[in-house]
Amino acid sequence: MPRIPTAAAGPPASLADVTASDGALRRFLHGLPGVDPVGLEARAAALGTRSIKTTAKAYALDLAVSMIDLTTLEGADTPGKVRSLCAKARTPDPTDRTTPQVAAVCVYPDLAATAAGALAGSGVQVASVATAFPSGRAALEVKLADTRAALAAGADEIDMVIDRGAFLAGRYLEVYEQIRAVREAAGTARLKVIFETGELSTYDNIRRASWLGMLAGADFIKTSTGKVGVNATPANTLVLLEAVRDYRAATGVQVGVKPAGGIRTAKDAVKFLVLVNETAGDDWLDNRWFRFGASSLLNDLLMQRQKLRTGRYSGPDYVTVD
Amino acid sequence: MSQADARLSVLKTYKLYVGGKFPRSESGRVYEVTAAKSAGGAAGRGRWLANAPRASRKDARDAVAAARKAVAGWSGATAYNRGQVLYRVAEMLQGRREQYTAEVADAEGLSKAKSAAQVDAAIDRWVWYAGWTDKVAQVAGAGNPVAGPYFNLSAPEPTGVVAVVAPQESALLGLVSVLAPVIATGNAAVVVAAEERPLPALSLAEVLATSDVPGGVVNVLSGRTAEIAPTLAAHQDVNAIDLTGADAELARELEVAAADNLKRVLRPSADPGGTDWTADPGTGRLTAFLETKTVWHPTGSLGVAGSAY
Repeated sequence: MPRIPTAAAGPPASLADVTASDGALRRFLHGLPGVDPVGLEARAAALGTRSIKTTAKAYALDLAVSMIDLTTLEGADTPGKVRSLCAKARTPDPTDRTTPQVAAVCVYPDLAATAAGALAGSGVQVASVATAFPSGRAALEVKLADTRAALAAGADEIDMVIDRGAFLAGRYLEVYEQIRAVREAAGTARLKVIFETGELSTYDNIRRASWLGMLAGADFIKTSTGKVGVNATPANTLVLLEAVRDYRAATGVQVGVKPAGGIRTAKDAVKFLVLVNETAGDDWLDNRWFRFGASSLLNDLLMQRQKLRTGRYSGPDYVTVD
Repeated sequence: MSQADARLSVLKTYKLYVGGKFPRSESGRVYEVTAAKSAGGAAGRGRWLANAPRASRKDARDAVAAARKAVAGWSGATAYNRGQVLYRVAEMLQGRREQYTAEVADAEGLSKAKSAAQVDAAIDRWVWYAGWTDKVAQVAGAGNPVAGPYFNLSAPEPTGVVAVVAPQESALLGLVSVLAPVIATGNAAVVVAAEERPLPALSLAEVLATSDVPGGVVNVLSGRTAEIAPTLAAHQDVNAIDLTGADAELARELEVAAADNLKRVLRPSADPGGTDWTADPGTGRLTAFLETKTVWHPTGSLGVAGSAY
């Protein structure tokens, strides 16, 4: 399978020397321009006030549905629950066959085989979290074994978490090497790197993590696991979007973005799409380059689609509650 | 003029009541509410009373979402507990009797004595319905005799979210007479207040907010009935609609819209003189928004020795 020019090759020639040593990497990451938090949040809030109506809204809703990584990451997940989620991913709204499919179903590695079986031939991807999700606290060997198990079970995409402890302690090269190792283990599968922005404490750290992930070969950079208090917000997603925009300008390599956790309403989703369009550009308005990690969001999008189609407000009786 | 007379009184900003909160209309609109033509008072008839919020279809949507959230808790509460909460509402009403007397007098153009009688009747009506919460199951439910070894029990259950178009003429007694039976049985209500006389309804919300009624169980919208009610009638997540305050033409339009998701519909009174709200209400409105659940349960008396029947 031909690979897009990201990833496995490591950082492009123009940035090859920044990962040569821990010191060089630290100098590079700390040399990135600082984030102005007040300006950032004001910008994110201002873009959230755009009014998206009628045909533009219909387009945005369909696009958002097609960008969803329909997720179930609970201790109580069963094969039955994953199969019903897969059925929903294939046909989100059985009353309206024009509804697009979602992009992927995201599960724990032990259920990836169940999902792969249920999604076979549908075009919906199987994404599996790996590397000791959600804490990322395990030996590298364990993380690699976790990744290989997910791939063997049929995962098309791997969602890995970084070691936040190492990152916050300043051991950037260690985090880099770990992502590289998982990148190699993942082979041709698309690799999403989760930073858990809610634990990184500053926007500067989120920007550094973004560049670190992209240098190490991430196909997607992803905000959160959905398991901590603060998940995807417009502001932290804006930092990621600026990073992928700047990275492509610097290297020519395009990287995707995935906000995850806490995006529950169609209105929120449309705000994120505005952020994407106004920050990274419309090259990213495609489910190859932008995803929503969500579960309840899909139902709200479907209810909004029904409202647009029929003119009457819909309710939870008219979508499947999972 | 003395110094005390020069004081400007503080005007009240009337607001909607949605999900236990008092928001302005999402649209930012208000409309003028004036005293009834026959009302007395210092500045005479037809004087300006207040600006009431003019709710939009999005306010209606938010109110339905709030009501839906409240259904599980309110219908799951014990009937006894619902009764206690409703008695508490009556107690709060009693404490603000003077305020309601003045508001009803302005809204309906009544003398102070007649207005006070309306308020007293409204409080008594509320107490009456509060008493019904744990008795309606005995009246509307049954143990059915069946030809088989089963207990067969029918029990009334609340319909869910009920939209209520409140009576246009009777601003408090009429409102209480249609609202109390809806929530007494465990439904959640979205009330469209009387268009020209919304102030007693908006003030009633203040009583509900301070008397242990969970937020979202009652939501009060004021504005143009013909603008808000069609949204509620067409809303897929509203289970029933009470058309009491709709005129014949609007009621027909609403009933057509309500048919699309098989809403339960309570038609307005066919009596051209309107409803006499002071009359004994009977149990009709209590049972209008109930569904009957019937359970078949084996008696357990079928053994090797044969049926006990």
